[in-house]
Amino acid sequence: MEPSSGAPPVLDEVPAEGLMAPATVLERCATGIEGLDNIVGGGIPRGNMVLVAGSVGTGKTTLCLEFLVRGAERGERSLFVSVTESSRKLIQNLSTFEFFRQQLVEQGSLVFVDLPTVYDRLGLGHEELTPEEVDILIRTIRDLVRTLGIRRLVLDSLTSVCYRIRKDEQIRDFMLRLGQELNDAGCTSLLVSEIGPTPGRYSLHGVEEAIVDGVVLLWNTRRMGDILRVLQIVKMRGTAHSRAQYVMELTPIGILMAPHLKGGREGGQ
Amino acid sequence: MPPVDIGERLRGLPGGSAVALKLDPREYADHYFAVMNATLRDVGSETNAHTIYVAVTSPASFVWTLAQALDVPADRISFVDAISHIMMNYSNPLPNATYVESPRALEEIMLRVEYLLRKFPHPRSIVVIDSVNSLAIHNPPELLSEFFHILLNNLKSRSVLTLVLETSEEETTGVEQMLNLVVDETIDVARAGR
Repeated sequence: MEPSSGAPPVLDEVPAEGLMAPATVLERCATGIEGLDNIVGGGIPRGNMVLVAGSVGTGKTTLCLEFLVRGAERGERSLFVSVTESSRKLIQNLSTFEFFRQQLVEQGSLVFVDLPTVYDRLGLGHEELTPEEVDILIRTIRDLVRTLGIRRLVLDSLTSVCYRIRKDEQIRDFMLRLGQELNDAGCTSLLVSEIGPTPGRYSLHGVEEAIVDGVVLLWNTRRMGDILRVLQIVKMRGTAHSRAQYVMELTPIGILMAPHLKGGREGGQ
Repeated sequence: MPPVDIGERLRGLPGGSAVALKLDPREYADHYFAVMNATLRDVGSETNAHTIYVAVTSPASFVWTLAQALDVPADRISFVDAISHIMMNYSNPLPNATYVESPRALEEIMLRVEYLLRKFPHPRSIVVIDSVNSLAIHNPPELLSEFFHILLNNLKSRSVLTLVLETSEEETTGVEQMLNLVVDETIDVARAGR
């Protein structure tokens, strides 16, 4: 019997994305971290600017580095802008992972830039950046992205940059303009936000999370004295995403994720 | 019903099966040896499978000694050891083992199993969890149920044969009920031929 126009679709008419498929599916930037891609519907929407927020030892830098390496492996030139750690040390740490190949750096697929060196070259050495100097910084990052054809960018950390901008309205302006420039270039970015171990906000000033397209929150939780690394997607524009908590493990083959067991109790404590 | 050989029973199971193996504590050593022989030699060697052994009752080093006695080559077995750390027995780690600091870190146990499945991709893999009773000592039943439900379903979807060891008289009713919900079959080693 032919279904009437008002009848529910039969199973073979249901789209692959399921019954909640969006009207338009945005192009994805697959992080290459399988667990993370699974919970954001296949990857971060291309051009999104995402805050990776967490306290010390939660895996922020490792997650960002894997995102870049996996991208470089797929032919997407990737840029790591480091404020707090030297490129040499980052590459040294990367070499402990099986998914990293030194060749990616040598052939220019994976680029590291030390921001303090850039500050020195641009004469931005003093403690607080003026609006004009912030403008120079944005144009420098934009030019790097355009010139090198960067498709993935990590800024580690946004907190360190914002520490030198200080005023909320200037931070807002910096974030809006940086996000626009990166989006125009089709560049997907992760901005590292260093926060304390107590939950409540996702950034130093609190304005950063309002501007970005996504927030990935990382924290350490305790279960009877043992510490587990936990990841949760708080926000991700342009896609449906999981809101559950996942335990994250940094293994030699990359980040692996498993559901955070609750055992019937809030927080699984 | 006549006794059935454990190895034969395990070989006859479809891929992705989850099986509880009941050991009688009064004959624990005999039963444990029978299970290891059936798992590592009868099923593991004959089907050329890779075994991932989750050691919670005895350290991996103990199980590895037994596996060597059964002529299991090092590249056919790897361990997730979740007991050596809390026993302060971690001075000589095995090259074919990964160590979890606590049997309470259930997610880490899941992730190490996942890691080993990816590290040693194999057409036929076996995961042995030794044992539900030891895990129950360290974890509340609700958490353990959630752990087994997620892990066993994940392994089933990947056609991994999962064997969960349980010592019948030590178990609480809750553990037995929970296991019944998540496994496809229970083999009572006392009743099975060895």
